[in-house]
Amino acid sequence: MMKTESILEKILAAGHLAVTSECGPPRGALPDKVREKAEMLRGSVDGINVTDNQTAMVRMSSLAACIIIRQMGLNPILQMVSRDRNRLAMQSDIIGAYSFGIDTMLCLSGDHPRFGDHPMAANVHDIDSVQMLDMVRTMRDEGKFQGGDKLDGPPKMFIGAAANPFADPFELRVARLAKKVNAGVDFIQTQCIYNLDKFELWMQGVRDRGLDEKVAIMAGITPMKSVGMARYMKNKVPGMDVPDELIKRMAGVPKEKQAEEGIKICVESIQRLKEVKGVRGFHIMAIEWEQKVPEIMERAGLLPRPQV
Amino acid sequence: MITAERKPMEELIAYLRPFRRILLLGCNECVTVCAAGGRKEVGLLSSALQMRFAKEGKPIEIEEITLERQCDPEYVEELVSRIDQADAVMSMACGCGIQEVARRFQDKPVFPAVNTTFMGASERQGVWAERCQGCGNCVLGVTAGVCPIARCSKQLLNGPCGGSTKGKCEVDPDIDCAWQLIWDRLKALGMTEQYEENIPAKDWRTGRGGGPRKIVREDLA
Repeated sequence: MMKTESILEKILAAGHLAVTSECGPPRGALPDKVREKAEMLRGSVDGINVTDNQTAMVRMSSLAACIIIRQMGLNPILQMVSRDRNRLAMQSDIIGAYSFGIDTMLCLSGDHPRFGDHPMAANVHDIDSVQMLDMVRTMRDEGKFQGGDKLDGPPKMFIGAAANPFADPFELRVARLAKKVNAGVDFIQTQCIYNLDKFELWMQGVRDRGLDEKVAIMAGITPMKSVGMARYMKNKVPGMDVPDELIKRMAGVPKEKQAEEGIKICVESIQRLKEVKGVRGFHIMAIEWEQKVPEIMERAGLLPRPQV
Repeated sequence: MITAERKPMEELIAYLRPFRRILLLGCNECVTVCAAGGRKEVGLLSSALQMRFAKEGKPIEIEEITLERQCDPEYVEELVSRIDQADAVMSMACGCGIQEVARRFQDKPVFPAVNTTFMGASERQGVWAERCQGCGNCVLGVTAGVCPIARCSKQLLNGPCGGSTKGKCEVDPDIDCAWQLIWDRLKALGMTEQYEENIPAKDWRTGRGGGPRKIVREDLA
């Protein structure tokens, strides 16, 4: 039985490989920017994540940008971080989002303000991402607020979370997924996968516990534009695992051909990951490179998107 | 213990500039242990202030007193005979001590000489680190004796986040990842299965969420 009206849920339930991508809202009141980015993804993906003050930089709210995208007839996925809101603000935004037809969301803890443009801001962290999943599930399935009161018109959200198989300690990363499953997560979008061997090892652990039967795991993919970006991801982004061979491969082609090489790597990764049991789809994070998503999808054999 | 650090000299000078006779107060408890506001630090600050104001051609008089415990009215009462000789008080105690002096002597300006920082423990000589945020409902019994509220940068009760790298926090490589520490302890205790018991959303009413807190012990009051 379906829990929600979410297209993503329907695609997954029908056994198709699902595809999502993302769109970072602009740093200003520029609604056309949102439309422009989302339009590039029309027809290529089943859902569009809208980030919530990603990297702890102030941007147009995820909720507002989601509404704009919804009004374009597309399927936004509301990202929400526990850094900026307490449980009152979260729940009111979730109800608000659902009232605009936004039926899919992603629960995250969020980047620390240390990395953003307001390092002086207070962290909220009233609840964490696991507790947020439980809260949204309770709102949807029990029609109750986190505080226990009855909720009229429960938001029927299809609930997602992130998983990073590459962060430390590796040995508890399957157990951490199990915690999210226990809390009620429906789908997972993973951290960008460059070390496929390690990802497959994690997936083995996931299957050994039967967790792949309980949650739809979407493999996170980010195409690299240049060897510089590859090196930056390796050295500067916490919890990112970029193998040396990949850097070598990117460095081995002339600068003007590196973007194409990045796309090639990304398509090859998708092809290999399609064969991994338990991988139910892909989450393409083409950072400020949204226009490449249709091409990646095409070359990875993921177009046209199924109609459900 | 409660830890503190001396404020910058310029801030202290600015507070004291309008006054001539200063009562400089230390405390013999936590701030003595963390070398921020005990008898020794009172002496050092007193000399520094006197030299500085003398140089400006505006000498000040400083009386130095270090109380046994500045957060305790019984000891603060000892100042009664000295307070009238001072135009202002500068306290090197933690915020609790400073406020107790301010409460007792309503008409006396009282200035902090330290920034009260956190409840912590000594890691080694000269290094203190945060350990507790006084949430009022201790979780250490289910987190293997390591507090994620005080020691995880994101306060995650079900961590670690995706930024834990080689045992360190993504926020600063000098910070241990609290959840790595919890996991290591759970392994050492043979209790890793406890990790998968989700810790529910916290009721912050026992902490600052419920407003300023008070403990009343009927048996002692």
